[in-house]
Amino acid sequence: MSDFQEHAPDESLNALTRRQFLTYVLGGTGGFMATVVASPLIVSTFDPLRRLGANAFANTHHKVTDFSRQLPTLIEYTVHRDDGWNSADVAARTWVILLPDGTPLAMSPICTHLGCQVNGTLGPDGKPAPSQDGPWWFHCPCHGSKYTKYGINSPDSPAPRPLDVHKVRVDDAGYLWLGPLQQRNRSGQVI
Amino acid sequence: MLKKAYDWIDERLNVTPLWRDVADHEVPAHVNPAIKMSAFVYCFGGLTFLVITTQILSGMFLAMYYTPDITNAWYSVKYITDEVLLGNVVRGMHFWGASLVIIMMFLHMLRVFFTGAYKAPRELNWVVGVLLFFVVLGFGFTGYLLPWDQKAYWATAVGSQLAGTVPWIGPYLQTLLLGSHTVGALTLTRFFAIHVFFLPAALLVLLALHFIMIRAQHIAGPL
Repeated sequence: MSDFQEHAPDESLNALTRRQFLTYVLGGTGGFMATVVASPLIVSTFDPLRRLGANAFANTHHKVTDFSRQLPTLIEYTVHRDDGWNSADVAARTWVILLPDGTPLAMSPICTHLGCQVNGTLGPDGKPAPSQDGPWWFHCPCHGSKYTKYGINSPDSPAPRPLDVHKVRVDDAGYLWLGPLQQRNRSGQVI
Repeated sequence: MLKKAYDWIDERLNVTPLWRDVADHEVPAHVNPAIKMSAFVYCFGGLTFLVITTQILSGMFLAMYYTPDITNAWYSVKYITDEVLLGNVVRGMHFWGASLVIIMMFLHMLRVFFTGAYKAPRELNWVVGVLLFFVVLGFGFTGYLLPWDQKAYWATAVGSQLAGTVPWIGPYLQTLLLGSHTVGALTLTRFFAIHVFFLPAALLVLLALHFIMIRAQHIAGPL
């Protein structure tokens, strides 16, 4: 009879066998080492999630009082964009109209259907003109989506929702600043 | 749960013999540090492989942010170091690991030399080991250029001048190495391609040969 059998583990303790114990110790140590190596690598790939909040506002250099309550005006401005190690001022365009209470509504010209640029209704002089198409003032050249001058899509448009609007801010000198885009529901409420 | 999944696969594909063949083999007494502490010198080969594994992993993750272009390479490295979450740790692993591979490989080579493990019938494995040494030095030489800082630029300038001193073919060799008449945009793309595609392929093939041969011939006996 061998030594091992004489000193067999006490069944009542439900003890680990020597082999199991070594397996757990080796597995645990190996797992720990693998985790130490792998975790900074994996964490680094999640870095882009920290940069979601493009919350910066851009100055349009247009005064709120320059805009009309009757028709939208197309303005061009520059947005500072940090893209990895590249940093650039990118040209951007947006349509601005004043709501009846005087607050500015800044609408992105990107059609909510498939991303084309919508056209406003312009007169022969290239200036905004009243619509020839009932309430529909914006028309998308791609698939005919139609929007009112407040950017609300027509029910028969392929566009699923109104034009997106910027968060707006007016500084002390009366200049309009544009922030990130927000989606709206069919009644024009920001969602 | 894991065991059930494993059993399910094993029943169908009989995978157990595959990994048992790799994992279950006796460690001879003379290479077991648990028996005689001085046997730790036999660990350097395995440690070289371990560090190479972390180099491959950290390199894969660095490539997610690095760009091999002369106007952007340095900025992308700076971005990794200063901006990316734990990016300095990932870069640090690759940076320090590079030196560690060479140190471990050299210690491994010393052990093989002084225990006479290169002798017949294992000469071929020594030859493959020397080829691996050159591949790893190639990794070091090409990787050194990639951050595209002053140190990288001038090290490659000097290294390519050395190639240029080879009799007769020197100037041709230098141009081929740099991909151009000077250290520049083509050198950076060339070194990047060699560093992340050509050398890893060579490394994996040679490592496989190295390991297959050691399993076939077994580890050399005690002194």
